[in-house]
Amino acid sequence: MSALQPSELDRPTLARDRSAADTDLKSVTAALRRAEFGDRMRSLLLAAPLLVLLALSFGIPIVLLLSRAVYDPTIAEALPKTTAALAGWNGQGLPGDDAFAALAADLKDNRAKGTAYELAKSLNARLPGARSQVLKTVRKLESADGQAALEAMKSVPFWSAPTTWPTIQSGTSTLTSFYLLSALDLRWNADGGIERVPPEQAIFVQVFLRTFFVAASVTLATLILGFPLAYVIANVPKGLAAILIVAVLLPFWTSILVRTAAWTVLLQKFGLVNDFLLFIGIASDRLDLMYSRVGLIVAMTHIQLPFTLLPIYSVMRTIPPSQLKAAYSLGARPFTAFRRVYIPQVFPGVMAGCLLTFILCLGYYITPALIGGASDQLISNFIANYVNVELNWEMAAALSFILLVFTLALFGIFARILGLDRLKLM
Amino acid sequence: MTQIRTRLLALAAATACMTIAGAAFADELSIMASGGAWQDAQRKAWFEPFAKETGAKILEQEYLGDLGKVKAMVETGNVPIDLVTVETATVLQGCDAGILERLDYAKIGPRDKFIEGSALDCGVGLDAYGDILAYDPTVLKEAPTSVLDLFDTTKFPGKRAMRKFPAQNLEWALMADGVAPADVYKVLATPEGVDRAFKKLDTIKKDIVWWDAGAQPAQLLASQEVVMTTAWNGRIQNAIDSDKKPFKIVWNNQILEYDMIAIPKGARNPELAYKYLAYISQPENNAKLASFITYGPVRTDAASFVAADALPKLPNAPDHLAGAYLVADTEFWGDYGEDLVKRFNAWLAQ
Repeated sequence: MSALQPSELDRPTLARDRSAADTDLKSVTAALRRAEFGDRMRSLLLAAPLLVLLALSFGIPIVLLLSRAVYDPTIAEALPKTTAALAGWNGQGLPGDDAFAALAADLKDNRAKGTAYELAKSLNARLPGARSQVLKTVRKLESADGQAALEAMKSVPFWSAPTTWPTIQSGTSTLTSFYLLSALDLRWNADGGIERVPPEQAIFVQVFLRTFFVAASVTLATLILGFPLAYVIANVPKGLAAILIVAVLLPFWTSILVRTAAWTVLLQKFGLVNDFLLFIGIASDRLDLMYSRVGLIVAMTHIQLPFTLLPIYSVMRTIPPSQLKAAYSLGARPFTAFRRVYIPQVFPGVMAGCLLTFILCLGYYITPALIGGASDQLISNFIANYVNVELNWEMAAALSFILLVFTLALFGIFARILGLDRLKLM
Repeated sequence: MTQIRTRLLALAAATACMTIAGAAFADELSIMASGGAWQDAQRKAWFEPFAKETGAKILEQEYLGDLGKVKAMVETGNVPIDLVTVETATVLQGCDAGILERLDYAKIGPRDKFIEGSALDCGVGLDAYGDILAYDPTVLKEAPTSVLDLFDTTKFPGKRAMRKFPAQNLEWALMADGVAPADVYKVLATPEGVDRAFKKLDTIKKDIVWWDAGAQPAQLLASQEVVMTTAWNGRIQNAIDSDKKPFKIVWNNQILEYDMIAIPKGARNPELAYKYLAYISQPENNAKLASFITYGPVRTDAASFVAADALPKLPNAPDHLAGAYLVADTEFWGDYGEDLVKRFNAWLAQ
């Protein structure tokens, strides 16, 4: 290569020629682009219905749901007078009587409007125990006005507790970082800095790490099982390959719920796997395969195998066996030929399969719920819990947002290393 | 397996909810309950007699007891159900979130005739059930005398099953640690109290098998995976009566709770729903459920209507309230539930 490098003397001429050629090329490219523009618009028009459908049924709902993670107007809308009264408060100690009076007036308004419960719930999410205090105060304020209302407020110790007013103040801004921070086990401290929550309350970072660990383990397991199988399928006669492909795909066409249920039948304490292990004498006692990490990874690996295998297989099919033979004939040992000729070519398929499996695993819900134990629940299980059981959709949105960011970042890294156009999915 | 079946049924129910959304007629009442033996009992005690008496058609649906779906229905303004059975803590949640109707007791019955805590703003009690301890005397030679024997691993070695949920377990942990039943919720409202409860649970953590569906405790006992389990009394009684299991129930230190029924906001047929609530809240009807599942009535004046053979099996039968017992504090769980569930999950994962 180095022999072709131009010498020092040639440089100026070459540079001039190159710039002229560049100008030509540019104008040609521009003309081509203009000509293609119409075509492109037409094809875009054809794709428009799909794009609109995607935006309406996928993009917009996701954005709306995720916006709940940072946009929570409940407290600000419920407490307009308090918001105004707290505008100039420095957050130290207790605010003045005007803030107490404003809160009393707001609480009475909320009772009249029937929104006191929503306010109580929203405050309770930030300050456990606030719910009943708000409702109790609302009941006390029922027949109190002016000075009496102020005294009623002061008679409830909750409103004079050190954490109450800062929480209200942070809640009066409609944009909040509370849920996103909570999703990372962080919180604001009294001095306005960000700190970790106490270890006994920290959970999500651990669950995120667990989710990534399980996803990585499953990806690795599918690769170890899938790669040799894909190689075999790609290199056996066509008829046998078709049978093997169907064998791989058959479970793929079964509902994920059914497959997961089947695994519980196999893995349970008095199930087939334990019977078998006892029978051949590998295990001396029945193993706890259900509700365990091992069971979870086994079941997920089974479900994910086709996703890893198919991209690898589709790439392997395009590599003629003669290439390896050519490498042998040039003196390469089998392993060297495999490593230097075969692997680089199947690499895009391997990456595509692994990426697909890894990202799908990050969102697993049913399998961990049914087969995983208490300490095998993945982040989706927590999101589902906040959506269905706690009715705290803000927290669910925050966790989803963090998961989405991690997933996109990971996808970005993959794309950077490999280039998106080299990912061969099928 | 039943857990999976329940979940499958729940999925089917969710699909049904969506397809059913079409037409609702004035004489159709759509009730969503949490399935199993309990829904069967409600059908025999209430659904069928009510349908016969009023000519209304009852459409049954099943779900897992989580209000997420109901919230989605209310937020989209398409509510194909008129009544939904819920746990007390869920009633408070749904009330706060504005997805359950505030009830007009004038249309149901005298509110002061309900056991305290069983007539809430957004939900009316259906029955009283007990969180109890169950064991198999053919396996466990020495009989436990209190639910708190869960924490005695020297006298009762072996695995014990407990519900994968902080409620009840934290209360029992505190009582086992010497807190008087009357003070349990006061102590649990303080951070030190919560620490104390978790510390007590720590002492048996490695011996616990967790259950989350109501049918699991009986299965775990039957398959001898555990030597004792906490459970809802009706499920164990059902295993004793129908499946002829030799199980025994320990009532001492039980926790009493109420099942509730509520009207979701925007229900299509609230008038008929109220009619149903009034029907099941009449003392003689309220007492009927006990003949089909051993859950007690919530009307204070219903005891005399309970069938004689059912009475001694109810959680609120006089004999079963003779020892120590605790009435679950709904307000407490409304306040601290979300926080404690999070802490509980963090603790489980440690």
